[in-house]
Amino acid sequence: MAGQVLVIEDEPNIIEAISFILSRDGWQVRTHSGGEGAMDAVRERCADLIILDVMLPHRSGFELLADIRADPVLGRTPVLMLTARGQRKDREMAERAGASRFMTKPFSNSEMLEAVRALAGPV
Amino acid sequence: MIQNDNDAVVTGEAASATGSMTGTRIRERRLVRGLAQGALARQAGISPSYLNLIEHNRRRIGGTILLRLAEALNVDAQALAHGGEAALMAGLREAAGDMGEVGAASGLEAPSLHDADLHKSGQHRSDLHRHETDPPELNRLEEFAGRFPGWAQLMVATLRRAQDQARRAEALTDRLAHDPHLAASLHEVLSVVTAIRSTASILTDTRGLEPEWQARFHRNLGEDSQRLADSAQRLVRYLGDGPGTGADMLSPQDELDRFLGAAGHHFAPLEVGGDGDIDALLAAGGLQLGKGAHDLACTALEAYRADAAALPQARLLDAVAQLGLEPLALAQHLGIPLARVCRRLAAMPEDAVGPIGLISVDASGAILTLKPMAGFVATRLAGACPLWPLFRLMAQPGMALSLDMVQPGRGTRPVRGLACTEAVGAPVLNMPPLLRATMLLLPAQGDDVSAALPVGTSCRVCPRSDCVARREPSILPQMDGAADASRF
Repeated sequence: MAGQVLVIEDEPNIIEAISFILSRDGWQVRTHSGGEGAMDAVRERCADLIILDVMLPHRSGFELLADIRADPVLGRTPVLMLTARGQRKDREMAERAGASRFMTKPFSNSEMLEAVRALAGPV
Repeated sequence: MIQNDNDAVVTGEAASATGSMTGTRIRERRLVRGLAQGALARQAGISPSYLNLIEHNRRRIGGTILLRLAEALNVDAQALAHGGEAALMAGLREAAGDMGEVGAASGLEAPSLHDADLHKSGQHRSDLHRHETDPPELNRLEEFAGRFPGWAQLMVATLRRAQDQARRAEALTDRLAHDPHLAASLHEVLSVVTAIRSTASILTDTRGLEPEWQARFHRNLGEDSQRLADSAQRLVRYLGDGPGTGADMLSPQDELDRFLGAAGHHFAPLEVGGDGDIDALLAAGGLQLGKGAHDLACTALEAYRADAAALPQARLLDAVAQLGLEPLALAQHLGIPLARVCRRLAAMPEDAVGPIGLISVDASGAILTLKPMAGFVATRLAGACPLWPLFRLMAQPGMALSLDMVQPGRGTRPVRGLACTEAVGAPVLNMPPLLRATMLLLPAQGDDVSAALPVGTSCRVCPRSDCVARREPSILPQMDGAADASRF
């Protein structure tokens, strides 16, 4: 059975592109737009990997990540964080918050695929 | 060693290195007045050769000789003795210190007596490159300032300009690093670039891509390209004009203010009986709203329509005709929450109710709604004045507060502020309500400024110097004793 990836992002065309390339690579992709209700989506999907944007409306990705890490069931789920800010302090903040990997926008499709395979294992 | 009289101290070679520049100033003044050395010496009652030594700072003088020379030159003796030397010398040392840092960074040695001795003995370096990077001769500063006062002043002025520019660059850098609007704009640009890159890659790299997917991704590319162009143009305008310069790069809130202001905050189609078409209103505004501002405007107009349905214009104006502009009485009479009555009063045409302003803030103090009123200045930039009555109510929800206020430099007429709060959203168990405070601005009933609460606009542009609520320095000249913040 294909691994499941949950994409939490507020840019619809990024969601569509990521969904397409991951689906073509054999992943089962679920998406959620924005920070509102994102934690419910995380609990509902129980994904093998979460791709999480940092700057989301209503709730930041860091806040969501903290909630995920605090959850006794979902706390160990790998989380790939996406951000348009690639400064060292943002990387450090992501590391402290418990991100499994940190990817700076704009990234290439091959980088995304490589990161997903590395974090969630082969399909 | 020579001793001419009690007013002169012979200092020999040391005078040029450590003595004052009094002699140089005497020489300059003499030359300005076109006096020969002999003529001045005669007027001062000293020999020309002795004056020559004085003028070359080989003799320190004071007392009667200084007074006689000052009198002959028609200048103040203190000006001759001290001049602007201290500040000039301090500036030169500062410039030398800056150069010293450069020298240290580039591996140059600090100036030494040996260097000075080389110059004195007439030995010159032939290495021109070495000359270009020579550290300044600190032990000859006084001589330099005395012999070339104009160049010395120019050097200090140049140092000051460089320091000022460095401070401005630092301030701008700091602002750019912490400017939320710039951060949001860059984030938007990079996000769109990500979408374009990823989509383009799919289109070029995916073999046998189905036509429907191709069409979909082509459409996405078109949308994102347009968004990127818009975002980049806004960003370039913003960077070109600089933040806070009043240029046309507006935040979504500023765009909303401009949109609402252009309509006078009154929208007849959203009143009861109007066609209620928000999209048509936004299109007819003639303003190209960005996506953020468009969303804010939609929210604001939906709220307007709900307010208008709950309290129609005709009903409100009838009540105003009966009770006057008394929001609390109107709210009680109409059975409508006070905050809604305030919003509706502010939405009435000015020819029906006169000038009325409105400000609403969230619990963080950020201004959400801003309808300005003559005599009361409010700005979204740099935060509001914490003395405004509506901020008092965050700790006392449910209370209504009416106070006359006066801002500095805004004439003598006070403005009446009627403030109230309302809860936002549905109640959440065991959580306090999320509050929003609203302040209606009305002309005060009297002109008594002394009874009005002194408030400001925003600390950055408020001249009140003795305000306990000040959170940052003002860019304006300070106004003493004008704010009685203790009354707050």
